[in-house]
Amino acid sequence: MKTDVVIIGGGVIGTAIARELSRYRLDITLIEKEDDVAMGTSKGNSGIIHAGYDADFKTLKGKLNIKSNLKFDKLCADLKVPFKRIGSLVVGFNEKDFNKVKDLKVNGEKNGVKNLEIITGDKLFRLEANLNPQAKYALYAPSAGIISPYELTIALADNAVINGVKVLLETEAKDIIIEKGQTYGILTNKGLIETRVIINAAGLYADEMAKLIGEDFKIKPLKGEYRLFDKQWGSLVGHILFPIPTKLTKGILVAPTVHNNLLIGPNSYQVEEKDDLATTEVGINEVYSGARKLVLHLPHQDLVASFTGLRANIEGRDDFIIEPSKKVKGFINVAGIKSPGLSSAPAIAEMVSDILKEVAKEISPQLELNYKDNFTETLSDQPRFTEYADKIERWQEIIERDSDYGEIICRCEKVSKGEIIRAIHQPVPARSLDAIKRRTRAGMGRCQGGFCSPRVLRILSEELKISSLRVTKKGEGSEILTSKTKDMIKETGVKFKDEVRV
Amino acid sequence: MKLEYDLVIIGGGPAGLAVALEAEKNGVENILLLERDEYLGGILPQCIHNGFGLQYFKEELTGPEYADRFITQINNHKVDIKTETMVVKITPNKQIIALNRNDGLLCIKARAIVLAMGCRERTREAIAIAGSRPAGIFTAGTAQRYINIEGYMVGHEVIILGSGDIGMIMARRMTLEGAKVKAVLEIMPFSTGLIRNKVQCLDDFNIPLKFNHTITRIEGRKRVEKVTITQVDKNLQAIFGTEEEIHCDTILLSVGLIPENELTKEVGIRLDPVTGGPVVNENRETEIEGIFACGNVLHVHDLADFVTEEGEIVGRAVDEYLKGNRKFRSQPIKIFPGDNIAYVVPQHIDFIVPGRKKIKLFMRVKKPEERVKINLIDDKGRVLTAYKKRIVTPGEMVSVFLPEVLLDDKLKNITISIKRD
Repeated sequence: MKTDVVIIGGGVIGTAIARELSRYRLDITLIEKEDDVAMGTSKGNSGIIHAGYDADFKTLKGKLNIKSNLKFDKLCADLKVPFKRIGSLVVGFNEKDFNKVKDLKVNGEKNGVKNLEIITGDKLFRLEANLNPQAKYALYAPSAGIISPYELTIALADNAVINGVKVLLETEAKDIIIEKGQTYGILTNKGLIETRVIINAAGLYADEMAKLIGEDFKIKPLKGEYRLFDKQWGSLVGHILFPIPTKLTKGILVAPTVHNNLLIGPNSYQVEEKDDLATTEVGINEVYSGARKLVLHLPHQDLVASFTGLRANIEGRDDFIIEPSKKVKGFINVAGIKSPGLSSAPAIAEMVSDILKEVAKEISPQLELNYKDNFTETLSDQPRFTEYADKIERWQEIIERDSDYGEIICRCEKVSKGEIIRAIHQPVPARSLDAIKRRTRAGMGRCQGGFCSPRVLRILSEELKISSLRVTKKGEGSEILTSKTKDMIKETGVKFKDEVRV
Repeated sequence: MKLEYDLVIIGGGPAGLAVALEAEKNGVENILLLERDEYLGGILPQCIHNGFGLQYFKEELTGPEYADRFITQINNHKVDIKTETMVVKITPNKQIIALNRNDGLLCIKARAIVLAMGCRERTREAIAIAGSRPAGIFTAGTAQRYINIEGYMVGHEVIILGSGDIGMIMARRMTLEGAKVKAVLEIMPFSTGLIRNKVQCLDDFNIPLKFNHTITRIEGRKRVEKVTITQVDKNLQAIFGTEEEIHCDTILLSVGLIPENELTKEVGIRLDPVTGGPVVNENRETEIEGIFACGNVLHVHDLADFVTEEGEIVGRAVDEYLKGNRKFRSQPIKIFPGDNIAYVVPQHIDFIVPGRKKIKLFMRVKKPEERVKINLIDDKGRVLTAYKKRIVTPGEMVSVFLPEVLLDDKLKNITISIKRD
C-alpha cells in the first residue's frame, strides 16, 4: 500500500499527531503493534494535565506544557473525554521545601502559568482537609487537571479515523526503506507501506525505530508503579497532591481520577526490559509510604488495581526530541516523551505539523499541507448509563431506541450491553476484553470482571463472529479460554482413568 | 414503567427464592422477584457438584438440582419474576429503580424490600499479588462459570490460591476435565473450607495442599507462564529464601467472598465491618424498617441449606411486618462476639414474639479449636447457657440456640465466647 505519511505508534502522541494532520488533505496511516491504541505509556501514567510550572522555561517541555494546558477544555469537550480542572498542590513541610515551592512559582510564572499561589496555614487545610497535618506550604496551581489518558488516546484515534486516517492495529514496523537519503517506505509484519514521510512516535521503542535509520539515542525506561482504590475513596482528596519534586521525578502523588477512584503513585526506577510491566512488592510498599507522607489515612483495602507504566526516558537527556532527522529526509522523531508528555500532546502535535510543512517542501513539491474543508472537530455524544445517574428517567428513551441499552452487563461500573456493542464497532474497534474495559469501564470495578467477563466474552464472540476460543484479554497469545470442555479428556482419557478411581 | 408491590426481593438465588416461597406461603400476595442474571438460582446452577440439601432436604443433591426444587415451586406460585433485570438504586422510602431490555426503566414502589444480592469473590487486585497482568488469572467462581455454564476450559496447568470451598471444588473439577492442578496454596495454617471438601476434592485426587504458602509473584506477558510461591510466617509475612517457582498457565483464586452491599450502602444502611453485611435484628431486618437482608449479602454462608433457612426466616418476618402486628422490646438485646468469635448474626434482638421458644444464632470462629464450650454470657458476666462442640473451624458456620426464657426485660447485652472445655 501507498500513503503520504506513516505515524509509528498509537499512543497519545501518535494519535494526537494523526488527528492534527487529519485537518489536511493528506493520506495518513498510523501503525500500532498492539491490538489497540493506548497500549504503552499512554495507559500507565498518572493521568494529570500539569499546569506547567515544573519544567525549565528554556526547554521544550516547559514551552509545550503550558501551551497545551489551555487547550484541554475545548479538546475534551469536542472529543467527549472526561477532564476535570481540579488544581494541584505541591506540598512542603519545612523551610527547605518552602524555598523549592517559591522556585517553582518563579519558574512557572516564567513559563506563563497563571494564578499560581503559595498557600500556608489554615487555608491549606480548608482546601484539602485530609492533608497531612504536618504540611506547612503548598504551591497551588488551579489550572492543573485530571484526565483519563487512554480514553483521550482512543478518542483522538477515533476522531482521526473519522477524518480519514487509517489505523492499522497489530502492525509492527520491522524496517525503514531509504532511497537516496530519503524515506521510501516502511516494512511491517503485514507488508510494505510506501511513504515519503515517517513520524516516529513509537514511545518506548522510538530509539529502535530511529536506529533503523542510523540514529543513536537510547531509551532507558523508568518504571512507575501505581495503586488504584475503589470509587468510595475518590473524594478523600479534592486536588492533585504532589510532594516537592526532585530532578528526576515529580514524586508519588495522591489524586482522585476522573471516574472518582483514588490513585497513588508512581515510584521511579530504571528497568532493562521495555515490556517489564510487573508490579513488585517493594514498589507497592514504596508507593504506599510515599503517598502516606501527603495523606496519613489511606485506605488499607478496597484496592481495585495495581499497575505500572514505563516512562520513555532518553539516556543523558532531559527534554523531548521533536525534530526532523538529520540523517534521513522525511523522517521526524517525536521521542523521549515522558512527563509532561500527556499534558503536552496537543501542542506536540501542532509542532509536528509545523515541522512537516518544512519537511514537505524539502522532499516533494506535491506534498503540500492544505486544509480540508470537511474536517470534523468533534466526536458525537454517546450514551453512557452512568452519566444518566441524575436524569435516569431519560435513559428510557435510549432503551426505546435500542433495547441493548436496557441490559446491564457490568454490575460494578453499570455498563449496558449497548455500550459494549458500540465499543466493538467504533472507529478504532475494541477487539479484546481489555479494549472493552478501556472504552466502557466494563470489568474495571470492584469485581474486576469476575461477573461480567464471561458475558463480555460472549458479546465479543458474537459481534466479531469469531469462536469464543479466539477472544483475548489483550491481543493474540492472551486468549482467555483454552478448549471446549471434554476436549482435553478426549486426549488424556485413558491415562486419566488409570490414575484416578472415581 | 411504574409498579407497586407489597414485597420486592432483589436477587433470585437461594436466599431470594426462599424468601419468595415462604412469604407467599404465609399470605403475602403481591411479590416481585428481580434477578440480574439470565436465570434464577444465583450461583447454584454452576455448582454442578453434589453436597447440597443434606441439611434441608436430608438428601444429597447437586447445585442445579437444589436450585430446581425451588425454581419449580416458584414457577407454580403467584410470584412475579423478572430476570436480566438490574436494580440500580433503592431509596429509604422503598422505591426501587431497575431496568431491563423489555420493560425499560422500572420505578417500583415497595412496602417491604429484601436484599438478597449475594456476594462476589475477592480478586487478585484485592490481595495485591505482585507481577505482570497476563491472561489466565481467574477467580475460582468465574472459572467455574466458564467451565460449567459456558462450556469452555480455562487452562492446562493450574495453581490454586486459597483453600476455600470453591477453590477446592475447582481443583477437582479442573482435574476431572483433564487439567493438571499442581498445588492448592493456603496462606493460613488450616483449610478455610469444609473438611469434607478437602477430603473429597483434594486428598482423593492426590492434589497437594500447601499450608502457610502464598503466591508472591506472577510472570508472563500475554498468558501466565509461572508463579513464585513463598512460605509465610505466623504473621503471614513471606519468609525470605523459601521462594519456589512453579510453571503454570492458569491461576485460580479462592481468597474470600465479599457481600455485595453497594445498594445497601447507598441507601444509608450501616454495615457490620466484620461480616461486610448489614447490621440486622432477629428478623434479618436492617436499620431501615421494612428493608431486610438474607443469604450471602448478609454474611457469607458455608452451605446453601443455611441460606434457605435464613431466607425462610425473612419470608415469615416480612409477613409479620406487612401485617403490622409486631411488638418491640422496651430495649433491644445486643449480641457481641467474644473470645474466638469473629461475628454473630443477628446483631440484636428487637421483638417480643408470643410463643417463640428459641432464637438461632449463626456465627463464625476466628481459628480452629477442638473440644470447646460456647458460652452465652450476660451483661454481668453470668453464663446464661452453654453448648459443647467437638470441633469448630473458620470454614464452617457455628449455630446455637438462644432460649426465649432467658430473655428477660432487663437483659441488654449477650456476649458469645468460646473456651476450651
